[in-house]
Formats: sequence, structure tokens, C-alpha cells
Amino acid sequence: MSATSAPARDELRPAPDDGLPAPRRRLRLPFSPWHLVLIPATVVLLFPFYWLIVTSLETEPDALHFPPILIPHVLRFANYADALASAPFVRFFVNSAIVTATTVLCNLVLCSLAGYAFARFRFLGRGALFAVLMATLMVPFQVTMIPQFIVVKWLGVHLLAGVGIDHLGALILPNAATAFGIFFMRQFFRTLPLEYEESARVDGAGRLTVLVRIVLPLATAPLATLAALTFLDSWNDFLWPLIAITSPDKMTLQLGLATFQGAHATEWSLLMAGNVMSLAPMLVVFFVAQRFFVRSVAATGLSGT
Amino acid sequence: MAVNSMTRPGPGRSRPGRGGLARRALDSEQFNGWAFVTPGVAVILLFGAVPIVWSAVMSFQKSSLGSSTPFVGLVNYRTLVHDPVVSQAIQHTLIYTALFVPGTMVVGLFLAVAMNRKIRFISVYRTAAYATMAISAISEAIVFIWLFDPSYGVVNFFFSKVGLPQQQFLNSPSEALYVIVAMTIWGWTGFAVVVYLAALQGVPRSLLEAAAIDGAGPWRTFRRVTLPLLSPATLFLAVWLTINALQLFDEVYLSTQGGPLNATTVLVYYLYEQAFEQFNFGYASAIAYFLFLIIIVVTALQFWLSRRYTFYRS
Repeated sequence: MSATSAPARDELRPAPDDGLPAPRRRLRLPFSPWHLVLIPATVVLLFPFYWLIVTSLETEPDALHFPPILIPHVLRFANYADALASAPFVRFFVNSAIVTATTVLCNLVLCSLAGYAFARFRFLGRGALFAVLMATLMVPFQVTMIPQFIVVKWLGVHLLAGVGIDHLGALILPNAATAFGIFFMRQFFRTLPLEYEESARVDGAGRLTVLVRIVLPLATAPLATLAALTFLDSWNDFLWPLIAITSPDKMTLQLGLATFQGAHATEWSLLMAGNVMSLAPMLVVFFVAQRFFVRSVAATGLSGT
Repeated sequence: MAVNSMTRPGPGRSRPGRGGLARRALDSEQFNGWAFVTPGVAVILLFGAVPIVWSAVMSFQKSSLGSSTPFVGLVNYRTLVHDPVVSQAIQHTLIYTALFVPGTMVVGLFLAVAMNRKIRFISVYRTAAYATMAISAISEAIVFIWLFDPSYGVVNFFFSKVGLPQQQFLNSPSEALYVIVAMTIWGWTGFAVVVYLAALQGVPRSLLEAAAIDGAGPWRTFRRVTLPLLSPATLFLAVWLTINALQLFDEVYLSTQGGPLNATTVLVYYLYEQAFEQFNFGYASAIAYFLFLIIIVVTALQFWLSRRYTFYRS
């Protein structure tokens, strides 16, 4: 790595503060040399975003101009209206919002309940049940997706249409709780001291009351992490919606955008306008809650430490 | 859930354990354990555990949508071994993984080290890296198809600026996979940076200062002190990125559909085609189990290799 070798010159460090002029003065930049690395890196990281937005505002002939026009002189905002007219992006957004919000909520409730029981209660079959959950944690989605498709199809036909194929419920129910979420909450609950719960019990509180009133208020950090991770997973999911949803009015943003791309593969400015609209809500959420997302992702990484 | 009303003692009721037999049963760990666990576990059993067994059974059947399913023994697995597309898909998946995982880790580590300091605009730099986390695989793929468009793409324009020949990129069987590597490295940069930055912030200053006092330069300190302390994060990233890389699908589906000439057919893409375009559920299940086997072997190998190189501060 070339950039890290630059400060390695510090090895030739002159004796500090001895009053004598250093034998060879190092070149002093008026700014940290790391800027020389970070500025190009940032340009590379942000250029795709820039190009996405620029193309979405160009006229079709300008977009197809070669060499490309890096700074457009005419901005065509009508691309967005055109994209909205050719695909129901608002519908996609609403569907994604419904699916994601419900999935996050279900996970918070179900994983807290189950995680708490696994952490605190002794009951028949606890060990075996927990072992089964941990086993499913390792298995990739591709192994379960075909039977999951059959189960969802069956449920839709025989039990409840709302959770069947081509319904939003099909995107929520299979992800309403995850083995990871239960494991994650259990690990947290086990670190809590028992005293609070015991004293609440002595005061006559029921077990659910203890969980809701005493334990969960202490668990806001892991709950927030679980919410952030579930949110990202659910919002960005593509393979399962691709399998489970066929009609446009039930599509999520990812699936709708992919379908839109299939239909307008060469209309670049229209496509990018659709892409910006699909991306914008997530970018906004991400920037508003940046600390919170970053901390959540970091927490998964540090779990190995 | 009915649990709610049953377990919550009303105001003024006696303490638990003093009520009747039924009340005591309702307050027991036995009952509450099952009551709390049932909804979540039911979902996971129905959509996780049962399908695992089911698809194992299906992989021994000649099973397709709506038809009867006779057992055929190992036929699916035997087909798999002799299927030329499967061996191509394995090759592409492994090449992709071998490039994507180290690539993302090097980029992530390098940027995290660069960003792990208090200099001006640092939050701008960090936010730029984090932003790649907010973009979905689909959005990312659409942008990159456009960037790498052979006729109008901006990458070919930059290539012409520096005197490189124009490339076909995603249209070329010899280049398409590498373009997918590039786009996914970009997309995962933010994730790798976050993980490494968090780990770097856990490196105690005292150790770095001690190394400096002992006369180690920055590079040596980095190699001998920082890097070993980052090894748990490195192992986590290696395993996590590998599992994701072996399951590559979204970008391929969107950009190349496995083409040109099967050049980007990876295992999960082929599995998807077999399952939901050909509806060969039996054969697809065999491929899925085969993928699972590869994931287990590769992950176990990483953990085994890491024993020597991973350093845990207890």
C-alpha cells in the first residue's frame, strides 16, 4: 500500500526539541497528507451517485452523447414525471414501506419475546428448540426458498389469501422473526443483572409485565440495532420478492425498479430518474439516522471480537 | 396473544406462587417459556427448519411444479456432477469470491486506516464511504451498467482519455465477471469501512505509543500491533463477505442474466433459473444443497486457517 509508506518516513525522525536544526527538514504540507489519498477515494466513491443524478436530469440525446457531457447545461426535470407516468413508483414505495415497517415491528416483538424466554425461563425442550434455531442460522436462503415458495403458495390458497403468492403478506410472514434476531436478543438479555426482574417479580408483576416494563427499556440499544439490520435486509431484499410477487401493484421498490429497468433498458435518463426516486428514500433515512446505522453495522462486526 | 391478559396480574392481586393451581401454572416458567417462544419459533420452523428438511427430500425426487414426485435416488446429484453449466458456475462463483472478498477487505482496511484520524472534512469522507451502504444491489447494478456501457459509458470515456482501448465490459465474456466484481466491491466498501473503523477505534493508544517508544515506525507499528489487533474484525469480514459472495445473485440477474455465453452464470443464478424458470424443483434443491456444502467447507476452512492468525484480547 503506497499511501501508508508515506508516513513511514517518520522512522527517520530527527531528535525532537533539542534546539539544534534537524539534519534534514522534512517537507511540511500545510494540510494532512491523508487528504491526498482521501480526496481521490471520495471522488471515486461518490462519482456513481453524481453520474446517476446527472443522467437523470439530462435529455435523452444528451445522455447518449459521446464523449459524455460531465456537466450538463440543460436540466430536464420532466424525466421524473415521465418515469412516474411509466411505472407506479409511489405504489412501489408504499409497498416497500408497508412490508419493511411491518417486518421490523414483528421482529422486534417476536424476537424480544422468544429471546427473553430463551435467556430467562427453564422450560421443557428449550435446549432442543434453541439448537434447531441455531442450525437454521447457518443455512443459506437458497436452500429454503423452494419449499418456502410452496408453503406460501399453499397458505395463500388454503388458509389466508393475504399471505399467499402475489400478496404483500408473503413478503412479511416468512421474515416476521429470524433466528439471528432471537439469538441476538437472547445474548443481550443474558448480560442483564437479574436483580431488577426479581424485585419486580416480588412486587407481584407478571412475566410479560417484567419484560415490557423493566427489561425492554434497558434494551433500547440492541432493539435499535435489530431494527436497523432488519430494515436494511427487508428494504433491499430482491430474490424473495422476485419469486413471490408478480403483479406490478404488489411490487416493492427493488422489484419494481428491476422490472422498470427490464422495460426501459436503453432509455438511460428515464431509467436513472426512476433509480434516483427508488434510492432517495433510503438515502434520506440513512443520512438522518447515519450514526444509528453505522453503530448497528459496527456492532455486528465487533460481535466477533 | 392471549398470554397478555392471562399472565398480567391485576392490581391488588396476591403475589405469584400464592394463588390457585391454575394461576400458578399460568405464571410458571414452563408455560410462559412456551408462550413467549411459540410465535417466533413457529415462523422459523415453518419457513426455515421444515424447508431445510423438505428441500433435502426434494433433492432426491424428480419434482417440479404441480407434478407428482417420484423418488429417483441420487439422479439429481449425478446430473449435477456431470452438468457442464454447474462446473462453469462453480468456477465463476469461486473466481468472483476470490477477487471480491480480498478486494473489498483491502479497500475497506485502507480507507478505514486513512479515515481513522481527526483531520478536516473527515466526516465528509466517512459519509461518502457510508453512502455506499444505503444503495441497494439493484440500484447499484443499474448505475454500473450505465457507467460501464460500451458505447456511451463514462468509463470508456475515461479509458480513451488515458489512452486505453475501448472495452466491451458487460458484453464481453472475458470481462463481464470483473465488472461485477468492481461494482460489488464499490457497493460493500461502506460496510467494510464501518467494520474496520470500529475495530480501529478499539485499538488502545497505549499499545501504539509503547511501540513508538520502542522505536517502531508507523509501518512496523501497523504491521506488528494494529493488524494483529484487527484480526477478529478481519476474520468476521472474510467470513461474512465470503458467505455473501457465494450467494451472489441480484447484480447478475440485473446486469447480465448469466451471460454473455454463460460467462457470469454463478451458482445461485443457475439455481434460480432451474427452480423458477424451468421449475425443476428437485434438481434446483440438489444445487442448493451443493451450494450449502461449498459455504460450509469454505467457512470452516477460513476458521481453521484463522486459528494461527487471529488474535483475541481476552
